Amino acid sequence: MLDVLIFATLNGLVTGLLLFMLASGLTLIFSMMGVLNFAHASFYMLGAYFAYSLSLYFGFWTGLIFAPLIVGVLGALVERYGLRRVHQAGHVAELVFTFGLAFLIEEAVQFFWGRDTKSYQSPDVLNFALFTLFGQEFSAYRGFMIAISVGIFIGLYYVLTRSRVGIIIQAAITHPNTVANLGHNVPLIFMGVFGVGTALAGVAGVIAGPVLTTFPGMATVLGSIVFVIVVIGGLGSLAGAFIASLLIGLLQSFAIASDVGMEDLLDLFGISFPYDHALADLWGLTLPQVAPILPFLLLVLVLIFRPTGLMGKREE
Amino acid sequence: MAILSLKDVHKSFGITHIIRGVSLDIEQGEKHAIIGPNGAGKSTLYHLISGLYSVTSGTIELKGEEIQNKPPYEISRRGLARSFQVTNIFPRMSVFENVRCALLWSRGFRYSFWHLLGRQGELNDCAMEVLSQIGLLEKASFPAGELAYAQQRALELGITIASGAEVILLDEPVAGMSHSEAENAVQLIRQITEGKTLVMVEHDMNIVFDVADRISVLVYGEVIASDKPAAIRGNQRVQEAYLGEVATHA
Repeated sequence: MLDVLIFATLNGLVTGLLLFMLASGLTLIFSMMGVLNFAHASFYMLGAYFAYSLSLYFGFWTGLIFAPLIVGVLGALVERYGLRRVHQAGHVAELVFTFGLAFLIEEAVQFFWGRDTKSYQSPDVLNFALFTLFGQEFSAYRGFMIAISVGIFIGLYYVLTRSRVGIIIQAAITHPNTVANLGHNVPLIFMGVFGVGTALAGVAGVIAGPVLTTFPGMATVLGSIVFVIVVIGGLGSLAGAFIASLLIGLLQSFAIASDVGMEDLLDLFGISFPYDHALADLWGLTLPQVAPILPFLLLVLVLIFRPTGLMGKREE
Repeated sequence: MAILSLKDVHKSFGITHIIRGVSLDIEQGEKHAIIGPNGAGKSTLYHLISGLYSVTSGTIELKGEEIQNKPPYEISRRGLARSFQVTNIFPRMSVFENVRCALLWSRGFRYSFWHLLGRQGELNDCAMEVLSQIGLLEKASFPAGELAYAQQRALELGITIASGAEVILLDEPVAGMSHSEAENAVQLIRQITEGKTLVMVEHDMNIVFDVADRISVLVYGEVIASDKPAAIRGNQRVQEAYLGEVATHA
């Protein structure tokens, strides 16, 4: 039991931190521009594919450094020459733009890299068990994923709260016009934040690619969960996104690791059904089977009982 | 030479003509008030001067250089700061951080990810000086959003002057204040804009006639008079178009 608890927690932490790397960028972009970037997870996918290609020629570490940089520059260009122009036409146009961009990136990935799954591998130097507990191994690469995520977040926290540019970003999030009237180039700051946000998604893609597999549907798989996170956390709240990311990560991880099902639940109440019952399939459901829909179930519950999300504020 | 000069400025939104050929010269060091009924286009005029809106036609010069249609940050860097009708402070940040943020560009601190704010001694000293000027030194660590209304307006003034601008545009700086709060605010405005050029939109005529060296009256997007306070008070057209209306409502 203890082994399940420890490993489910660790795996949940890995997933949660990875999700937060995506959700933090999405939240920052939403806070500043008021637009939900539907293409955000596509930048995550691009990170994985760029890293895969770079790793073929220069190794994993080169990919880890340069793939997010390329993705960040691409993101900044998208903001500068796409979103900024569309912005004048309003939020609906921006939403449609990012929606279209997500399709475009997916098609481009399939065009350049093909539809098959890529054998993007974690580096050999991390192919060992970090520790073995109760006969189960926890891979060094997963430990590396935790370390790199935590490192990035500490850096991000310091930049946002302690640095010169961080204080301007914080101010521009709520009052861009006032900040512009203080001599700050707000469009440049927006472009930078968009670039950094997409680069963070790129980092997530680079480190998740070898574990969650690199294929053209990876953006769709994770993208929907990331949107669930920003809504559960409260639109625009970084702290909320952090809590929601860990919550979803742990929820899924514990659901997968658990060994309970509807039968156990019904047994608890002394109810049993014959195996040839018309709804036998429903009674036979196990928690690992429903794990993928749990985040969406949580989303529905949060929207019913706390529509602003965990840390979101109601718009005045 | 006028420090701020508007020549035949027009602004239309679609078929709606809001600013209809405004020409105005404001001298260096002048305290200039712009008055007029609601919907006259005063805030629109501010948005045009500060770069938030682009002009439909006409020119705006700041210190002899054309600034119309330039982005707000460029206009600010040329020495013009403004406040807004609705209080525009950074509510989630502390009072101290609000002022520090306003000081960054004007004191030559450029964008940097690695320069930590805690180590910028000169910047922090300047911020404390501004807080002392606006009487909010004791509230330095307070979240700005939790200040009393009059204190928030004072902080906004602090943010505006911290940018180091020579020309300051204030949009209804004492609106919503009690009589004593307004008196204190006016005293503060006088003190912190000393030696600077002040342009002020205000509905409180006592304050306008008390503070301004010159007054321009904007009615339906046109300046119908621009003169010394005594002349404006005696101007028949102004009386009919605005001051009479103010007296009736008072």
